[in-house]
Amino acid sequence: MLSIKNLHASINGKEILKGINLEIKPGEVHAIMGPNGAGKSTLASVLAGRELFEVTEGEVVFEQKDLLDLSPEARAKEGIFLGFQYPIEIPGVSTVNFMKTAVNEHRKYKGLEPLKAADFLKLMRDKKNLVEIDSKLTNRSVNEGFSGGEKKKNEIFQMAMLEPKLAVLDETDSGLDIDALRVVANGVNKLKNAENSTVVITHYQRLLDYIVPDVVHVLFDGRIVKTAGKELALELEEKGYDWIKEELVK
Amino acid sequence: MAKEEQDKILNEVTQSDYKYGFSSDIDTDSIAKGLSEDVIRLISSKKNEPEFMLEFRLKAYRHWLTMKMPEWAHLDIPPIDYQDIIYYAAPVQKAKLESMDDVDPEIRATFDKLGIPLDEQKLLSNVAVDVVMDSSSVKTTFKEALAEKGIIFCSFSDAVQDHPDLIQEYMGTVVPYRDNFFAALNSAVFSDGSFVYIPKGVRCPMELSTYFRINAENTGQFERTLIICEDESYVSYLEGCTAPMRDENQLHAAIVEIIVKDNAEVKYSTVQNWYPGNKDGLGGIYNFVTKRGICEGVNAKLMWAQVETGSAVTWKYPSTILKGDGSSSEFYSVAVTNNHQQADTGTKMIHIGNNTKSTIISKGISAGKSNNSYRGLVKVVKNCEGARNFSQCDSLLLGDKCGAHTYPYLEVHNKSAKVEHEATTSKIGEDQIFYCNQRGISTEDAIGLIVNGYAKEVINKMPMEFAVEAQKLLAISLEGSVG
Repeated sequence: MLSIKNLHASINGKEILKGINLEIKPGEVHAIMGPNGAGKSTLASVLAGRELFEVTEGEVVFEQKDLLDLSPEARAKEGIFLGFQYPIEIPGVSTVNFMKTAVNEHRKYKGLEPLKAADFLKLMRDKKNLVEIDSKLTNRSVNEGFSGGEKKKNEIFQMAMLEPKLAVLDETDSGLDIDALRVVANGVNKLKNAENSTVVITHYQRLLDYIVPDVVHVLFDGRIVKTAGKELALELEEKGYDWIKEELVK
Repeated sequence: MAKEEQDKILNEVTQSDYKYGFSSDIDTDSIAKGLSEDVIRLISSKKNEPEFMLEFRLKAYRHWLTMKMPEWAHLDIPPIDYQDIIYYAAPVQKAKLESMDDVDPEIRATFDKLGIPLDEQKLLSNVAVDVVMDSSSVKTTFKEALAEKGIIFCSFSDAVQDHPDLIQEYMGTVVPYRDNFFAALNSAVFSDGSFVYIPKGVRCPMELSTYFRINAENTGQFERTLIICEDESYVSYLEGCTAPMRDENQLHAAIVEIIVKDNAEVKYSTVQNWYPGNKDGLGGIYNFVTKRGICEGVNAKLMWAQVETGSAVTWKYPSTILKGDGSSSEFYSVAVTNNHQQADTGTKMIHIGNNTKSTIISKGISAGKSNNSYRGLVKVVKNCEGARNFSQCDSLLLGDKCGAHTYPYLEVHNKSAKVEHEATTSKIGEDQIFYCNQRGISTEDAIGLIVNGYAKEVINKMPMEFAVEAQKLLAISLEGSVG
């Protein structure tokens, strides 16, 4: 599904990603862990096409397409969803209108007719139930005045609406209490199937109790320095990241 | 609004710059450049006016000579040579129009291009239209149907001929020629405009609408609108404005006077889309307008709704004098400036009658290198008891080279008054656009969504057909302003 080869990216001339290699197959859940400043969020932004970052080397192939050639909106419509670490508030734009525009843009891309109003509202209702988000939230402007937890739930709701092939969840667990964490994780698990893949970027093992990864990667100083099964997350939780640094020096 | 309609609007965003920028090849009867008493006499005689009109014009002209162009606005305007302007230009037509077939086909084509239906048979929407090209009114539709109810809707020139008593009684009572520099200039040289009279107890059954079009080169447009609403009457009036793209600046100085009597109600909506000049600030209309209404009677109501997207320079403060006890006025405005456009706009609410109420909602949107100012006065006189005002002025910035300014003036001379003012400034951020992009929404569509969301409160106050046009305009005006 996704193949990243020797990806380098910098911001304002400073190199953040220094040669990332990563293969993700359909149906897999990958966790990317690592200390602050390792480049986790940068990787997510580069995959989504944020212009702030300049890709200086390497290639990214997504579903047989050169991802780096596509605009951010085309990547979204190809099936890449980024769950934001800090979801953005858009005052004055209702969530309904926002999602209707987004869903119909996706449909247009696939050559489908826009959804009728009634069908769209039904879809909203179904997905709201699936991710247990309150109607109070979707009746308001996008993320405006939402708490941290509400914003994250809203990300999962949008993901449910857009049904991406690849979801990249950037620190979705940060700022969540244990109940909100469970809601978010349940949402992700319910949306998972054999065709789609998930990349979970996180600091802590905590989220991985709920979203169980197939593979865990450790990102350090712009490179993936260790890849193993889910037990790696537990080891990191126990020992921290220092032992990896030491291993690297050796 | 239906999704398809919005899609259509948003699709148009990706197209043209200023799509009204064509000019039409029409025989024009225009006079030589320059302004003098002789020119004013010539205009008056061309229009076959009664003596009182000429006197009014000459008094205004003599007063204008003593005045200077105001400089207090937050506008940077190069000196205007008032002798370098043609003050009268009119499409040549047959003397009297009996039917649509008599209208010059080129003129009809022009208004077809603008999407303004002149053909009554084809008119599905319930709107009566008066169209003014350059200095004269071309055609007023539905005149007869309205006349059955006693409603007069015609060009200002026709009103001068057919209803001189009403003109003489009301003209200049709300905006006297001494009011300001541009009002004096307009009073001296105005050539046409619209006239509306709604008799007592009559609710006007359709929207009345005037489309103003500047076509000829080097001309100024000076129109005058007068609306009189007798007791217990109602009218909703709309005006739209467009002009061809030309490299030189053209002057537009209009006056609107509205008289609202006991329990009467007027809604006045404007979509102003004069040519704004090109991306480098070359050309465009200088728009200096004095609009004022008086709520003369008890419980009279006057609502202003405006979407201002055009003009190189806009200087405009639709105002209401709340004279009648319990009268009220609302002002809803969206002003968009892009590239090198400048706007200094707002309102004045003058509370005189007891328990008068005013609401001001102003939304400024600045992009490019433009400057957008809100300037508003709320005045409560000494003997006015129980006045209430609520003002909200929001500014939205796109990019970091534009400016937004708010100048609220409060003059409250009575302690019982309650006056509230709120102001916010926000920015369309690169992060908001990226967030939309990441959900599959293009940058242009994202701006359309955000701007229309921001301006919703104002656009919702406009009649349906205008609201659609206003939404399109907002999107088109801001095309390419982010990123």
